[in-house]
Amino acid sequence: MMLAQDTREPFFRPEWVSRNADRIVEQLIEHAYLTSIAVGVGSLIAIPVGVYAYRHRRAYVPVTWLAGFLYTIPSLALFAFLTTYTGLTTLTAEIGLVSYTLLILIRNVVAGLEGVPRDTREAARAMGYTPRQLLWRVELPLAFPVIMAGIRVATVTIIGLVTVTSLIGKGGLGKFILQGIQRFFSTPIVVGAVLSVLLAILADVLLLGLQRALTPWARSRPRPEGAR
Amino acid sequence: MSVVSEALAWLSDPVNWSGTAGIPNRVFEHVRISTVTVLAAAMIAVPVGLLIGHTGKGRFVVVTLSNVGRAIPSFAILGLALPVAIKLNLGLGFWPTFIALFALAIPPILTNTYVGVAGVDPDLVEAARGMGMADREILRRLEVRLAAPVIMVGLRTASVEVVATATLAALVAGGGLGRFIIDGFAVRDDARILGGAILVAALAICTELFMGGVEKLARPRTSTA
Repeated sequence: MMLAQDTREPFFRPEWVSRNADRIVEQLIEHAYLTSIAVGVGSLIAIPVGVYAYRHRRAYVPVTWLAGFLYTIPSLALFAFLTTYTGLTTLTAEIGLVSYTLLILIRNVVAGLEGVPRDTREAARAMGYTPRQLLWRVELPLAFPVIMAGIRVATVTIIGLVTVTSLIGKGGLGKFILQGIQRFFSTPIVVGAVLSVLLAILADVLLLGLQRALTPWARSRPRPEGAR
Repeated sequence: MSVVSEALAWLSDPVNWSGTAGIPNRVFEHVRISTVTVLAAAMIAVPVGLLIGHTGKGRFVVVTLSNVGRAIPSFAILGLALPVAIKLNLGLGFWPTFIALFALAIPPILTNTYVGVAGVDPDLVEAARGMGMADREILRRLEVRLAAPVIMVGLRTASVEVVATATLAALVAGGGLGRFIIDGFAVRDDARILGGAILVAALAICTELFMGGVEKLARPRTSTA
């Protein structure tokens, strides 16, 4: 692994990029794919758990404690731990990535539901909404912008963490970073780093656009000063 | 024998508790590089954050740094630090790791220091000025103390991130607990991988709890919160 360290090696060799264009596109797609699954599965877990924790306040502290515990474990340690059970597989990568989304997502689901005005909830109940209708037609739509904010933060975080999964044979763009580290060759490192940052920015912008498109009411009518 | 009991056997084997490649020395290396980096980052980021928070000048620097800092993966920062260290002829191990962890620790400390100082009630600053305090005194006696809990949250975030990422130092021939995981991967030794993972996780959680304790001490005693 230890090759000669050449101080004259340029930081960036454009010809490497054109020679490896196919692989770069392939790993970029892989990166987006690994991220989407993690955030998708994370949301499918976090939304029901968040709703439960919101309705049963006693569950909130243990739930966030567990999610916080998972969040604190360094990613390499978690992936290393999981490989001893599920091997060097996509499943290993996804279990780890999903567990890092949970804290961010659950917190935002609960915060979003807490932000639903009491009057709105009362009015819906007075109109004869069942708890299920109240959740789907009033509470979740009103909490949606806050939940989406959580999904955006989780997505940016996961795009960063996907790079670490290169150590267990996955990694998307992280593969280039690892390859560069192992060969003391900075061009792939720069490519991997820059593209993963660009991917994070792009994903953030797209999700913000999606949120705006799905909640037209939030844009047209700004809330009055001091209103909750 | 299951992997967990193998890992526990590895953890309790006295052979792994001595020498430069032993657990105590790896823990020491890990804690040393993390402490040195967080302290160095704090020495730069806290004064700069205080100044920006107090004067309100250069706010865009903080905002940009904290946004960009969140989008750059720590793995990429370590990767980029390697060619920088090689270019500067600093060699492997300590310096690439230090550069990466330093870059990682700056944004949370800077952002929190700035937010803490900028969030001090302007009426209090006015009152202090009315009492004849100079800028330097306002900063030292009022703003720093009121912002201390928020600054501590920044130090805690930075410390936990640094301890977690210091694991990756093993990739650039650094020491620390990451050695067990990376070397375990290289020779397919599950007991060592899992043992190392347990040690890293334990150290990260200890850091979180320790910094949480320090944070409590930093709260102003007059606070009713």
